[in-house]
Amino acid sequence: MTAVEEAPVAEIGRDRRRKEDQRLITGRTRWTDNITLPGMLHVAMVRSPFAHARIVGIDTSEAASSPNVTAVFTGADFGEELGACINAWPITPDQVTPAHSPMPADRVAFAGEIVAVVVARTATAARDAAELVDVDYEELPAALDLKEAATADETGGPIAHPDLGTNKSALWVFDSADAGTGGDVEEAIAKARADGVVIEREFRQQRLIPAFMEPRSVVVDPTGEQLTMWSATQIPHIVRFALAATTGVPESKIRVIAPDVGGGFGGKLQTTPEEWVVWALARRLGKPVKYTETRSESLVAGHHGRDQWQKLTLSAEKDGTVTGLKVELLADLGAYVAVVGGGVPVLGAFMFNAIYKFPAYHFACQTVLTNKTWTDAYRGAGRPEATFGIERMMDELAAELGVDPLEVREKNWIGHEEFPFTTVAGLEYDSGNYEAATALAKEKFGYAELRAEQRRRRESGDPVQLGIGVSTFTEMCGLAPSRVLGSLDYGAGGWEHASVRMLATGTVEVITGASAHGQGHETAFSQIVADRLGVPFEAVEVLHGDTQIAAKGLDTYGSRSLVVGGEALVRASDKVIAKAKLVAAHLLEASVDDIEFSAGRFNVRGTGQGMAIGEIAAAVFAAHDLPDDMEPSLDSDATYDPVNFSYPHGTHLCAMEVDTETGAVRMRKYTCVDDVGTVINPLIVAGQVHGGLVQGIAQALWEEAVYDDAGTLVSGSFVDYLLPTAADTIDFDLGHTVTPSLTNSLGTKGVGEAGTIASTPAVVNAVVDAVRHLGVDDVRMPCTPQRVWQAIQAAAATEGASR
Amino acid sequence: MIPADFDYLAPTTLDEAVAALAEHGDDAKIIAGGQSLLPVLRMRLNAPEVLIDVGRIEALRGIRDDGDALVIGATTTHHTVSSDPLVREHVALIAKAIEHLADAQVRHRGTFGGALSHADPAGDLGAPVLALGAEFLVAGPGGRRTIAADDFFDDFFTTSMADDELLVEVRIPKHTGWGGHYEKFVRVAHQWPIVAVAAAVRTAGGAIAEARVGLTNMDVTPVRARAVEEALVGMPASEEVIRQAAAAAADGTNPPTDLNGDADYRRHLASVLTRRAVLAAAEV
Ligand SMILES: Cc1cc2nc3c(=O)[nH]c(=O)nc-3n(C[C@H](O)[C@H](O)[C@H](O)COP(=O)(O)OP(=O)(O)OC[C@H]3O[C@@H](n4cnc5c(N)ncnc54)[C@H](O)[C@@H]3O)c2cc1C
Repeated sequence: MTAVEEAPVAEIGRDRRRKEDQRLITGRTRWTDNITLPGMLHVAMVRSPFAHARIVGIDTSEAASSPNVTAVFTGADFGEELGACINAWPITPDQVTPAHSPMPADRVAFAGEIVAVVVARTATAARDAAELVDVDYEELPAALDLKEAATADETGGPIAHPDLGTNKSALWVFDSADAGTGGDVEEAIAKARADGVVIEREFRQQRLIPAFMEPRSVVVDPTGEQLTMWSATQIPHIVRFALAATTGVPESKIRVIAPDVGGGFGGKLQTTPEEWVVWALARRLGKPVKYTETRSESLVAGHHGRDQWQKLTLSAEKDGTVTGLKVELLADLGAYVAVVGGGVPVLGAFMFNAIYKFPAYHFACQTVLTNKTWTDAYRGAGRPEATFGIERMMDELAAELGVDPLEVREKNWIGHEEFPFTTVAGLEYDSGNYEAATALAKEKFGYAELRAEQRRRRESGDPVQLGIGVSTFTEMCGLAPSRVLGSLDYGAGGWEHASVRMLATGTVEVITGASAHGQGHETAFSQIVADRLGVPFEAVEVLHGDTQIAAKGLDTYGSRSLVVGGEALVRASDKVIAKAKLVAAHLLEASVDDIEFSAGRFNVRGTGQGMAIGEIAAAVFAAHDLPDDMEPSLDSDATYDPVNFSYPHGTHLCAMEVDTETGAVRMRKYTCVDDVGTVINPLIVAGQVHGGLVQGIAQALWEEAVYDDAGTLVSGSFVDYLLPTAADTIDFDLGHTVTPSLTNSLGTKGVGEAGTIASTPAVVNAVVDAVRHLGVDDVRMPCTPQRVWQAIQAAAATEGASR
Repeated sequence: MIPADFDYLAPTTLDEAVAALAEHGDDAKIIAGGQSLLPVLRMRLNAPEVLIDVGRIEALRGIRDDGDALVIGATTTHHTVSSDPLVREHVALIAKAIEHLADAQVRHRGTFGGALSHADPAGDLGAPVLALGAEFLVAGPGGRRTIAADDFFDDFFTTSMADDELLVEVRIPKHTGWGGHYEKFVRVAHQWPIVAVAAAVRTAGGAIAEARVGLTNMDVTPVRARAVEEALVGMPASEEVIRQAAAAAADGTNPPTDLNGDADYRRHLASVLTRRAVLAAAEV
């Protein structure tokens, strides 16, 4: 047996290349669509072209008789066994929630909804026949515009689900005076109107599409005692639970596997109609069935993100001390309340106060049903929206007062000596150092020089103006303490599970319930376990995503895997060490108290004697000579429920050039200093920050899901939904400060969403700052050249008129 | 997505291709690089029964010097055209336009003739060939004929080639010694132009002797900005002259409105970009 003789170098903090990348990048791996089973049938969906219509009739005869087609089904062909798509987070007890059939039989509520399915021997035959399904629709008035839908009760406008009688789903309110976490916001605003400053703004959080790289795909095999579903999902465990809860199949009869999954960004945090339909088809037909969506289907039917109107009122004293913040949101749910659904904006409720010591706070969010694609989590989920709102407001406050935007922030932020700090939203921030991150960011950015250049360009009337945008953000990561989720009426807990299995040959299997889909869990978790157990990095294998292997888990989202799942892993590893120590003492004929564990070896204090953990594992496997009453196993499990969130933070500074002749914007410099606590793998962290930044910048500048007046998604392909590529980005300047989290043993805080959350307001603030001297005080996202140019023209017209 | 079923023909001579086109008529579609056609087929916006691949016809490929003109074979790839020394010397504007066309993959598969036959008003090649006064040699059952650039682009995605004709080559008069510039305005790098301006200018003794300006995506076809050209010729190559001339860039155009900008904004862009393109071409 191979045992480790040499003390390994510390793995935590090492910039290991990701071990999963070779197979992920070459594609020689188990993507769901790569799975082929004997006798497998293929599915094509027939989707509604109308946003809102009654299904009058469906003629499937021509499709059914076309070559290689085995069956065609509509919603009417299924009963209860089709199940339902669930909402796991009713945000209020009286939330209005439309029933959500995976394939409705009578009425469609958004363009892209499934009305029929064709099953054939090849994907091509299924697709060909799907064109022949003849659906007779009777169009109904569609609720499309968010604001109009919100007032339809009063105006008699279209109702997304006429049977519900309203588009209003739920009103969720938090008030610091009622909660006892702060004062009365109306009082603060009234006072500031009399003697202070009040900033009022309305911002649009446009609708975005997660646009993961691998389109969604699902295979269901009904053969055998357990029905198996492979799905390109972020949440195999939640899918299994929901299948059991809604389709009448006992949970013990269900195995869900998320094999390698090509990205999600929240877009695969869903229990989807496509999964449920394929599940029902495989059960009905008794054969394996596969469905892989096209990109066009993905854009129209996968859930979208963001889509809010934000009305914000900020009150401050004349010296810039903020006295209150009032937030009134309208959030577009789309046609159905998705699995997290209205919970997304509610997560934002805790983040509008951000890093600041606001004494009074009021938050109200009205969720609204419309006849558009449903919305749910998208990278950041609620927190980018909140961060955008408050960071735009802090810049507006600075502009109103004529002071530097960093100065206003410093006046209001929590000093590093004030932690732990309970915020006006009721969260306890455990640690942070905003001063340090900001100082480092300013220095790296060359803040003073860029301000000087900005001044020069303004003075010379340069057609290309320069703007500097600030975003000092924090986020709540590590979703989530189960008690907090319970208090918010979420349908599940927030714990995570890990197992460590010591194999007889010296290698280690690590099982995590956090189901990775591109983040690099296998590498980072191997590093943690290698350090903890003192085994080589290569000796650790991380398994995930299969409910038969990783039997317990709550999956990957909300920057939780490392913070919650990593802690479970540490605890399971520590249990292995504790058990191995007893065996070591026994075999080395020493007292347990004299055994020291370090660098993978159990040594008898003061002697040269010791054994490697691999040797102990082999001895336990043989079980020839174990202490009395000891089970022959070192394997250990841990389920960890966090006591608090973690709070990464950082300071992002962005310089944008604006061509005032065309409105074109160009990024000049981007510096971010992120404090994500202890860094396990700097390379992975840099990757997460880079990708996150690009997604956040893309919201500021490029991406928007646009519907026309008929409810058709106009930006339904990548020609019109503008995703950036590497050619559109610049070399980002990354830095870190490290203020470890105090709530987990590794001191990690989470990094998956930081870049996305922080960057959007930094970019928009920079664009606005570049042209503020021309009279511009906002540009709606995405800041297209036309919008920027029109804002400049409109400001010039106003200035001209007032002259 | 999966295209509908089709038959595939790959003739090796022009005559065979013409014959195949004549035989299958409306049911057939020529495929060159496939960079525009395949997306159309995959989204099932069109479902021809026969694809005639012209990629194996030797005579359609390559660039040759024909005295006072360069002749570019229809299936020559974008990459080959833009990196060709003859092109760079005599019709530099074409090379410049291609540098910003799509991405490297598309430039290696997409063809000069395919792009022009596709006649996308937002395509990057129409305005330059228009500005340079190219001629299009097409072949059909009745033999060959030449179409002047001004007559080639008929309408939105439509050329004056008949259904049974195919593009053989494009003849572009040499503009040796002219300055050329293509000013393309996009939001992201891989995008078709929102508006673009192709300018070719010959200066002599500080004055503009000749000027040609073509506009991309300002109408249902690429168009010439004749008012600008007229205002430039014979005038000193100065910033002020060019600015004033460029103000007329959008005259008579009918630009589209879409997610990237409305018609008015495009008109404004046309004049700013025309100024910039002419300034760069005239090296002012
Ligand atoms: C991602 C992407 C980005 C792009 N970006 C741009 C861009 O920024 N600017 C730009 O200008 N273009 C862009 N394009 C289009 C590109 O220029 C294509 O190469 C070109 O439009 C088509 O050339 P092709 O050889 O691929 O033609 P195909 O796709 O094979 O054919 C296009 C059409 O022309 C017809 N055709 C082809 N050859 C002939 C012939 N010899 N005679 C008669 N008819 C013929 C076909 O029947 C078909 O209708 C982009 C394409 C892609 C995929």
